[in-house]
Amino acid sequence: MSAETTITAEKARATSGKPRTTSWQRKEMLTAWTFLLPASLLLLIFLIIPFFMAIYFSFTNQTLIPGPIPTEFVGFRNFARLLQDDTFHRALLNNFLFGIIVVPVQTTFALSLAILANQKIRGIYVFRTIYFSPVVTTIAVISVVWSFLYNPDQGLINHFLKSISFGHIPNLQWLNDVHLALPAIIIMSIWQGVGFQMMIYLAGLQSIPDSLYEAARVDGAGRWKQFLNVTLPQLRNTTIFVVIATTILAFKLYTQVAIMTQGGPENATITSVYYLVQQGFSELHVGYASAIAVIFFLIVLVISILQRTIIKEEGQG
Amino acid sequence: MAVTVRQQISARKRSTPRKLAWLIGNYILLVILAIFFLFPIVFMVVSSLKSNEEQLLSDLSSLKAFIPYGTISLGNYSGVFARLPFGQYMFNSVFIVTMIVVFGLFVNSLIAYALTRMNFPGRRLMLAVMIALIIVPFESIAVPLLLMVNNLPWFDGSTTWIDSYQVQIIPFIADAFSIFLFYQFFIGIPKELEEAALVDGASRFRMYWRLIVPLSRPVFATVAILQFLTHIGDFLWPLMVTTGDTFRPLMIGLQVFFGQQPRSWGEIMAFASMITIPILIVFLLFQRWFMQSVASTGIKG
Repeated sequence: MSAETTITAEKARATSGKPRTTSWQRKEMLTAWTFLLPASLLLLIFLIIPFFMAIYFSFTNQTLIPGPIPTEFVGFRNFARLLQDDTFHRALLNNFLFGIIVVPVQTTFALSLAILANQKIRGIYVFRTIYFSPVVTTIAVISVVWSFLYNPDQGLINHFLKSISFGHIPNLQWLNDVHLALPAIIIMSIWQGVGFQMMIYLAGLQSIPDSLYEAARVDGAGRWKQFLNVTLPQLRNTTIFVVIATTILAFKLYTQVAIMTQGGPENATITSVYYLVQQGFSELHVGYASAIAVIFFLIVLVISILQRTIIKEEGQG
Repeated sequence: MAVTVRQQISARKRSTPRKLAWLIGNYILLVILAIFFLFPIVFMVVSSLKSNEEQLLSDLSSLKAFIPYGTISLGNYSGVFARLPFGQYMFNSVFIVTMIVVFGLFVNSLIAYALTRMNFPGRRLMLAVMIALIIVPFESIAVPLLLMVNNLPWFDGSTTWIDSYQVQIIPFIADAFSIFLFYQFFIGIPKELEEAALVDGASRFRMYWRLIVPLSRPVFATVAILQFLTHIGDFLWPLMVTTGDTFRPLMIGLQVFFGQQPRSWGEIMAFASMITIPILIVFLLFQRWFMQSVASTGIKG
C-alpha cells in the first residue's frame, strides 16, 4: 500500500528513457522536508526527548529544583525502592481494581446503550445526544458536581437512597469512606465515559451488513440467537478496541482523584499517575517519579501490544 | 403479490398490541436512561440559579433540587465574577485551545501529506515512529517535560516557560494520533487528481492547499473536535505550569475555587455551569460531527 505512493509522474520520466531531472527531485525532497519539519521538530522536542529524559532520570536521583546533593547515577535503586513502596503498590492495586470493575461494566453498558440507540424509532437522535452529553462535559466539572452529589450530609445521592429505602440506608460517607471512595469514583467515571464507547459501538453496529441478519432469520434464528451469532462476532474488533482503550484509561486515572479525594482517605483512591505527580511535582523527586513513569509506560505498552497482536491474529485467521 | 401484501397487513394487525407494548417499554427505558445521564447536569444548572444558599441546601432532600423556584437570580454568577477573574480564565482556555487546534490542523496535516504522497529517504521509518508515538502517554513524560520547559528561553527575553501561554500550547500542537488520522484519510484520496495538477506544474504546497484540504474536510473536523475535547479538559499540565491567574485556564480556576473555604455551592455550580453551557451549545450545533469523530477513533487501533 505505501510502496505505491511513489509518484507516477516520476516513474513516467524514468521509463520514458530521458535522464531523470535531478533538479525536480531535489526540489521535491526539499519540499518534503519543509512539510515534515514543523511537526517532527515539535514531536522531537516535546515528546521524544522528554521520553528519553524520563528513562535517564529513572536511574538518577534528579530533583526538580537543584538541591545540595549533586545529581548522580544510582542504577536500579529507584526501581528497587518501588518494589518495596507500599503506597506505589496501593496505587497499582487501585488502578487494577478500577480497571477490573470499569472495563466489563462500562463495555456491557455501552453495548446495551448502543443497541438501544441503534433502533430506528422516532426521537432516537435526541436520546443518543443525551447519552453522549456527559462526554463533552469536562471531567473537572463533573468531579466538582459529583463531589456535591456525594456529600454525606447535604448530597443528593444520600437523600435519594434514604427515600427509596424508607430510611434504612444510613448516611454513607462516600468520598470520606475508605471502602466507598473508589467505588464512588468508579460510578462517576462510568457515567461520564460510557457515551464515548456507545458511539464507537454504534459505528460498529451500523457497519454490520443487513444480509447477515437476513441469513440468520432465514435459518430461523430469533433476536437473541441473532445477537449471539451475528452481532457479537461482528463486533469482535470493536470490543477489543473498547476494552483496551478503557484499560489504558483506567491506568491514566488522575483528574477525578486530584479534585475529589487527593488520593485519600488513607490512600484508598491513590493511583499511579497521582503518585507520580505527587513524587515529581510536590515532593520534587524527579528520579523516583521517572521510575514510576517508566513502569507506567511499560504497562501501557504491554496493553497496546496485546491489542495489536489479538487484532492481527484475527486478520490472519 | 396481492396475497402476500394482505398477509403482511394481517400479520401487522395481529402483532400491533404487542408491538405497541414493546415500543412503550422501549421509550420508558430510554427516558429512564436519559434521566440518569442528565440529572447531574440539570442539577448543576438549577442549583446555580438559586442564590439563597440555605434554600439550595434544604431543597436537596427532595425533587425540589431539580426545580428552579424561590429566589431565582443570577446572583451566584455575579458572585463568581466578584471573587475571581472568570473572564480571564475563559479567555485563556479559549485562546489556548484555539491555538492548539488551528496550528495543529496545519502542522499535522502537512506532515501527513508528505508521509502519504512524497518520496524521501526514511519515509517508512518515520511512519513507524509516528505510530509508535501514539502509545506514549503524556502522563509518563510530564515531569521531565516540566523540567525542560522550566529552562527554555522565549522571545521576550524570559528564561523560563513557566506561567505563559506558549507552555500550554506549543507542546501539544504536533500530535501523533492526529497525524495518523490524516494519513489514513489522505491515503484514500485518488492520486490521479494530483498527477494531473503535477503535470500542470502546480507546486506541492498548492496541491495540498487547493486539492487535499478541500477534499479532506471530514478528517479536519474530526481532528479539530478530538483535539478540542482533549485540551479543553486539560488539567494535569496547566496545574503544573501555571502559578497565577494570568495564564490559568478554566479547569484550574474551578479547582482553586472549589478548594476555597467557606464553600458556596451555589457559586461553584455557577462556575461549573459557565464552563459547561458554552461547550454543550457548541456540541449541540455540531453534534453529528462530534459523534462521527468519536466513532472514527474506534475503527483504528
